[in-house]
Amino acid sequence: MTLREIAEILEADVVAGSDDLDVTIKNACSADMMSAVLYYHTPDSLLITGLTQPHVIRTAEIAGIKSIVFVLDKKPGADTIELARQKKIPILCTRFCMYTASGKLYEAGLPGCLFK
Amino acid sequence: MKLSNIVENLSLEVKTGENNLQNDVTGAYISDLLSDVMANGKEGNVWITLQTHLNIVAVSGLKNLAGIIIVNNRPVQEDVLQKAESEKVTIMSTPLPAFEIAGKLYQLLNG
Amino acid sequence: MDETTEGSFQIIGGNFGNAGEASMQLKSKLTELGVNEAIIRRAAIATFEAEMNVIIYAAAGRLHYYINRDKITIKIDDMGPGIENIELAMQEGYSTAPDWVREMGWGAGMGLPNMKKNSDEFRIDSVVGEGTTIEIVINLS
Ligand SMILES: Nc1ncnc2c1ncn2[C@@H]1O[C@H](COP(=O)(O)OP(=O)(O)O)[C@@H](O)[C@H]1O
Ligand SMILES: [Mg+2]
Repeated sequence: MTLREIAEILEADVVAGSDDLDVTIKNACSADMMSAVLYYHTPDSLLITGLTQPHVIRTAEIAGIKSIVFVLDKKPGADTIELARQKKIPILCTRFCMYTASGKLYEAGLPGCLFK
Repeated sequence: MKLSNIVENLSLEVKTGENNLQNDVTGAYISDLLSDVMANGKEGNVWITLQTHLNIVAVSGLKNLAGIIIVNNRPVQEDVLQKAESEKVTIMSTPLPAFEIAGKLYQLLNG
Repeated sequence: MDETTEGSFQIIGGNFGNAGEASMQLKSKLTELGVNEAIIRRAAIATFEAEMNVIIYAAAGRLHYYINRDKITIKIDDMGPGIENIELAMQEGYSTAPDWVREMGWGAGMGLPNMKKNSDEFRIDSVVGEGTTIEIVINLS
């Protein structure tokens, strides 16, 4: 599934990386616990989370996460957006909660990250 | 939908609160942050989380949630299970990650 | 890569604003040296968890890395409270992280298991009241 399709399904605003919407996302991980992202991730994943601080971008960069969705209309700060641009990690913001966002993407055929 | 239907359909392991499975489920919420669930969780929601801290029991009780699904087969400490049992909070467990169990539940509740 | 490449970073306790900076710099260094991507990821994940523990639990610490043809060695030592029961700390899910840390998405009790999982050799040494030393070795060949 492309990031463009994901943005459409989630009716999301693209706040960083709007030129990179053609990348393919293989699976998704819904979490707020950063250690879990580091533990269970598979590369090329989408992270769906409720946290918007810069350390979330650093976690994504280190885990090899392709893109991040911030849920519940949370607006990331300028420092987070700047870091995401620098690291080339597109950021989407959706008004849906993590459960609804996960449900809609799963319904559209996106699988979850596998255990590793 | 009753919690027992969800347990059966999603093959959840019930760890505590067997007696509450007739509760009605109004929807679901995923979060690993206690304050987030306190602010946004709704009565009758099933809470999907990786969080296994003791305070999940209090949050579930205070918000009258239908139960907690612990994902990725994360180990739950004995003191948490005991507190849940005595507070009549249902803790369930699944090997699936949050995204997938949410996806399946979403289909079950909305399909 | 015949010679040893080495370097170090200071880590300041409580400094969430910069959290992950040392690990990202190590990652850039490994990328520069042409190390395989999967190995870089393992090194970065293990280092990041160790860096976070210094930020969360200690006053200050230092990360030192050595890279040669055979392996990457990462040492993180801190001036912190130390760990009383290492076996317990290593258990998945065990965490003494304060509430505010949990609200930031840390404190799942998976950091030490994550470091161990991603390293070929893992050593932890701790003295209560003095500090903790972690050594992570990842083989390159
Ligand atoms: N550098 C450290 N200094 C003091 N205590 C530590 C340190 N690293 C880990 N610990 C202790 O070990 C526990 C488990 O650590 P970890 O597996 O990283 O999980 P978490 O950081 O999520 O709690 C911590 O909660 C803490 O009590
Ligand atoms: Mg840790």
